[in-house]
Amino acid sequence: MSAEPVLTATDVSIEYLVDPPVEAVKNVSLTLHRGEILGLAGESGCGKSTLAYGLNRLLKPPAMMSSGEVVFHDRDGHDIDVVGLDGEHLRAFRWDKVSMVFQGAMNSLNPVLSVKEQLDDVFRTHRPKMRRRERLERSRELLELVGVDPDRLTSFPHELSGGMRQRMMIAMALALDPQVMIMDEPTTALDVVVQRGIIREIMRLRERLGFAVIFITHDLPLLIEISDRIAVMLRGEIVELGTADDIYRNARHDYTKKLLESFPSLRGDRGDFIRTGAMPVASALTTSTEAV
Amino acid sequence: MKFYARRITIYLVTLWATISLNFLLPRLMPGDPAEILIAKMQRAGEVSETTIRNIRLILGSGSDVPLWEQYLGYWGRLLHGDLGISVTKYPTPVTELIANALPWTLVLVGLSTVIAFVLGIGIGAWVGWRRGTWVDHLVPGTTVLQSIPYFWLALILVAVFAVNLRWFPIFGGYDVFAFPSGPEPTLAFLSDAIYHGILPAITIVLSSVGGWLFGMRNMMVATLSEDYIITAEAKGLRPGRILRAYASRNAAIPSIAGFSITLGFVVAGSIVMEQVFTYPGVGKLMFQAVQNNDYALMQGVFLVITITVLAANFLMDLVYGFIDPRARHNA
Repeated sequence: MSAEPVLTATDVSIEYLVDPPVEAVKNVSLTLHRGEILGLAGESGCGKSTLAYGLNRLLKPPAMMSSGEVVFHDRDGHDIDVVGLDGEHLRAFRWDKVSMVFQGAMNSLNPVLSVKEQLDDVFRTHRPKMRRRERLERSRELLELVGVDPDRLTSFPHELSGGMRQRMMIAMALALDPQVMIMDEPTTALDVVVQRGIIREIMRLRERLGFAVIFITHDLPLLIEISDRIAVMLRGEIVELGTADDIYRNARHDYTKKLLESFPSLRGDRGDFIRTGAMPVASALTTSTEAV
Repeated sequence: MKFYARRITIYLVTLWATISLNFLLPRLMPGDPAEILIAKMQRAGEVSETTIRNIRLILGSGSDVPLWEQYLGYWGRLLHGDLGISVTKYPTPVTELIANALPWTLVLVGLSTVIAFVLGIGIGAWVGWRRGTWVDHLVPGTTVLQSIPYFWLALILVAVFAVNLRWFPIFGGYDVFAFPSGPEPTLAFLSDAIYHGILPAITIVLSSVGGWLFGMRNMMVATLSEDYIITAEAKGLRPGRILRAYASRNAAIPSIAGFSITLGFVVAGSIVMEQVFTYPGVGKLMFQAVQNNDYALMQGVFLVITITVLAANFLMDLVYGFIDPRARHNA
């Protein structure tokens, strides 16, 4: 993997301007490299989704980015100052360079438009020169890419299962061949088996198409399995950032250790995810509580 | 196809039930409508034996004919388009009275209902889209207009624009002095009718636009917080496209269902409006019928209203599937 950056965030702070103001993201700096999977882990409300929305400038009042810089390094060598983009430029930037897959697999698709129309929307807006035929061909190709029968193109969202809807969303996110894909808990609403299928699909596609992924989840073991690097967030700050292996084997921050401990292993003993280092807390837990 | 067959059957059964009820109601009423009617007509002048027989047939009292036979006779006459003779405008057939009043109401009330709906939905969508800005102040303004009693609003408008400013005529559907022989298919008559219709139309629109606007605005705000709107934004779609295809369309669905019901009641007319403006529509006809105990006319008007309500609902039932794909296929 090349160490060439594709997205750099420096000192990003995001506040919710309510009374009293909430600092949801505090001075976060992140570098996403071309083609890598960067995991963003943390508990609910730690600011990981807010950060992701901020990277794509999707924040809505009362949320506001109070400081920081986000720079996108385009394939052709251009640097794009994302924070400085507005209006038409911002609109053209979205999805074309950075696409997103959202948390709610069930509600990300417009219920009254067919999948075909919603895919067409992307092409018509960003690739106005594409012909009807080309759009259709590309749409079918995308569906095949994510493992859905291309004949499903004319379906409406309510005719699809949750897993299929999320695959459709991934197909849509791939439509313009973006360089970065932000996935905000893409598998949360799905059961484990479907979840596994979709994660595999994402891994396969990433290898084939080479986009970088920011993968947001609270599921740290999952991240350890799939990501190159992992950032752990706590109360709006990144408390630990390292390779998946590092985090797995020698997590330094207490919170990271706690997160790893909170998942039971297959054999039922808590804290099994930490292999090295003395874990007084973990051993205390295993002796005092029943296996889950 | 099975879906449509099923719907049509349901509507036919409903139609049969309402027509039967229409037949039954005057017969269940206390007092004897037929006697009242005949007495009234006799006061106006000589009444022929056949008319008396006719009235008894329609209202089914004072005779020894069993109910079942009366019912069959009622259907027979109905299918021949015979709704009886009006007492108010004796001896004009009810069918003729309704046929004369119906176009006035359909065009005026129908058109202003559609205008109010389109305006309400359009402005509502826009206000919802720009929520939190100054345009939110439009909402209380229009709801105040709606909460003002309609006749009061209409009278104020008549007083200001018709009586004082003399911009519009005070009453009527057309100038009865300029066209003494009644409606005629000329351009002069048409423009006169439009001129007479403007003020009533404005009052209807003013008093009903608020409801549509308020409902649409709130649906719009709710829809805009849906996940698919954020997705559409992240997709980099143009704001106009999001407003039209993603937000407004979804937000308008409940209003469209409400609209179908309102549309059905267009024929019932706006009784108060037609009374204030002395407009020659179905509402005024019904008012007269009730005032004069004109049962045949009442029955006729009720029948027409029932049929249009059913027809409007049936039409919307069919159209709804096109607007909301989730409503398709399921019966």
